[in-house]
Amino acid sequence: MTTTTRPSRTSSRRAVLARLDVRLTPYVFISPFFVLFFLVGLFPILYTAWVSLHEWDLIRGQGEFVGLANFQFVLGTDSFYKALRNTFSIFLLSSVPQVIAAIFIAYILDANLRAKTFWRMGVLVPFIVAPVAVSMIFAKIFADQSGLVNNLLMGMDLPAIGWHSDALASHFAIATMVNFRWTGYNALIFLAAMQAIPREIYEAAIIDGTGRMRRFWHVTVPMLRPTIIFVVITSTIGGLQIFDEPRMFDTAGSGGASRQWMTMTMYLYELGWGPQVSFGRASAVAWLLFMIIIGIGILNYLITKRIATAGGPAKTER
Amino acid sequence: MKITRRTALAASAATAATAALASCGSNDAGGTGGGGGDVELTVATFNEFGYEELFAKYEEANPGVKITHKKAATADDARANLMTGLAANSGLADVEGVEVGWWAELLQYSDVFEDLTDPEVEGRWLDWKTEAATVDGKLIGYGTDIGPEAIAYRADLFEKAGLPTDRTEVAELLSGDWDNYFEAGRTFVEATGIPWFDGAGGTYNGMVQQLPNPYEKADGTVVPLADNADVKAIYDHLAEYKDISAGLTQWSEDWTAAFQNDGFATMLCPPWMMGPLAGNADGVEGWDIADVFPGGGGNWGGSYLAVPSQGENLEEAKKLAAWLTAPEQQIAAFEAVGAFPSQVEALDAEEVTSLVNPFFNDAPVGEIYSERATSIEVQPYQGPNFFVINTVVSDAITRWDVDGADPAESWEQGLSAYDELGLA
Repeated sequence: MTTTTRPSRTSSRRAVLARLDVRLTPYVFISPFFVLFFLVGLFPILYTAWVSLHEWDLIRGQGEFVGLANFQFVLGTDSFYKALRNTFSIFLLSSVPQVIAAIFIAYILDANLRAKTFWRMGVLVPFIVAPVAVSMIFAKIFADQSGLVNNLLMGMDLPAIGWHSDALASHFAIATMVNFRWTGYNALIFLAAMQAIPREIYEAAIIDGTGRMRRFWHVTVPMLRPTIIFVVITSTIGGLQIFDEPRMFDTAGSGGASRQWMTMTMYLYELGWGPQVSFGRASAVAWLLFMIIIGIGILNYLITKRIATAGGPAKTER
Repeated sequence: MKITRRTALAASAATAATAALASCGSNDAGGTGGGGGDVELTVATFNEFGYEELFAKYEEANPGVKITHKKAATADDARANLMTGLAANSGLADVEGVEVGWWAELLQYSDVFEDLTDPEVEGRWLDWKTEAATVDGKLIGYGTDIGPEAIAYRADLFEKAGLPTDRTEVAELLSGDWDNYFEAGRTFVEATGIPWFDGAGGTYNGMVQQLPNPYEKADGTVVPLADNADVKAIYDHLAEYKDISAGLTQWSEDWTAAFQNDGFATMLCPPWMMGPLAGNADGVEGWDIADVFPGGGGNWGGSYLAVPSQGENLEEAKKLAAWLTAPEQQIAAFEAVGAFPSQVEALDAEEVTSLVNPFFNDAPVGEIYSERATSIEVQPYQGPNFFVINTVVSDAITRWDVDGADPAESWEQGLSAYDELGLA
């Protein structure tokens, strides 16, 4: 007995420490992220909620508590709904073609090309160009009278498009800038995922006599499903927060005379830093945007769950 | 951190003391001589204030003073930085450049700036220049440059239309009210088919600046846009002549391109516009400037130097601001970058009046703009709501001038946009 108890006391303390070590260490290691997240993520979110309930001047700071009046104000303006419409329109016009194009580009890059690395790096070049520079280049392309596109259209005796006067045309022009910047980036993500697809599956499919298109639709795309979901979620969050491109779309940066291309974040900026200098109202918009993104996030989750239960990598009929 | 701060404070106290002593003995604002410690002053400007060489000169005359220059590329960047710095109550330069348009929103926060009133600088500037930066008898900005407007025109296109081309004759042709200017334009457009001015938005800007109370009464109460007869009259006037407008938004890609292909024949041109105009119209011959502005004088732009109260070397900062905005220095800045001085004395200075601009057919622009500056009588009252309302009206104009909507409908849209603001 004695021989076993003595060591067991120290060993039990050691065991506790060891257990703590095993249990706690991972949390200690990941804690920097959560500490940082709390400081620069969660705290600002909650503080914004606090600000949104007050009259809050950019320079004077906190004013009276006004309850939900800021939300009421924002929801009562036409501008809010215009901003909502524009944001979703630009988001759909950019994200949908972007994901589709990125998959096809990745598929081509996945093939046996000469100078592979050159092409792969090439698609990333637009991504490293600053958004402001992209906007300046596209300003020349989409200028109403002197722009490249309209000159080409008029050269072919087609009517010029009012890139800055028509809402949908302006959304299309802005979406083009976004696509220019992000398609290559997403293509590389898809490319990485494609290369992780076991080659045996393709070989089996080839032996079964499937064509190139069929292999793409029935092997590549289903195997990419988790990656597609990831890209859709990230581009949703990014797309709903779009700011640089529409703000740089004309010189005033307010989103057009009729606010044709004013997005949610631009509206937020206008309320907070524009002549109204109302952080309270801006915070209200920020929270509404936050809730919309969460709502879409939940929607995404539900759809993904359905897809996942609907049957993972599709089993193609043999 | 603590140590440096304390030494900095001690240093500033020391220099303030010596400066006070020095200023008793010398009447030269530049010769303060900071005997003991070092003072670091930061000056934030944007675009081109033309101060680079002056800083070196000031440092030389004031040993111990070190000036750091923070230069923003655009006025918008500088404004964003100023607002953020004021909001955070830290991070601003000791001397901040302020564009005249920002006063509208900044005057309500006048207590965050130092009162720069000083008998020594009284009468230094044109009255309307000082007035715009004065609130309750407190002067919060020293004027740097101004933007008295003249009319720039294409003499070659005028000739084509059978209008006079000589700048004195053009000045005669266009002097009078806006109606006269627009009517001359209609004659021109009928003869050539070329638009008369660049855009209704830019022209509106010139016209609205001639109203003493564009959108707000002197006590700060807002005139509801629906009842604002003056603004509506200008709006209707411009809409009536929308056929002679080139329909271009200033600074837009199309506007820049229009200089190269006879896009329009005249535009409102303050002195600082000469540079961009000559740059955009590079290679185009025929631009000239006439000493005239419809409806009386008008000012567009110009800046001030202000001293935010959050700074640590307030006295030194004030001294520097006063020195920089003295006539001699502003003349130097004018010679360096063409910033047109707002100082009464500088307007008569040989260096200013003798300026000739070769691009504008050797127009004596120094003389012309000095004349334009003194003919300005009205300094429009710009309260905190000036910009919101001005944006509403400008947007309404852009809708028909650039985007092709109906002026009457666009005004209605403007009224509902105004209601959305929830003012008064």
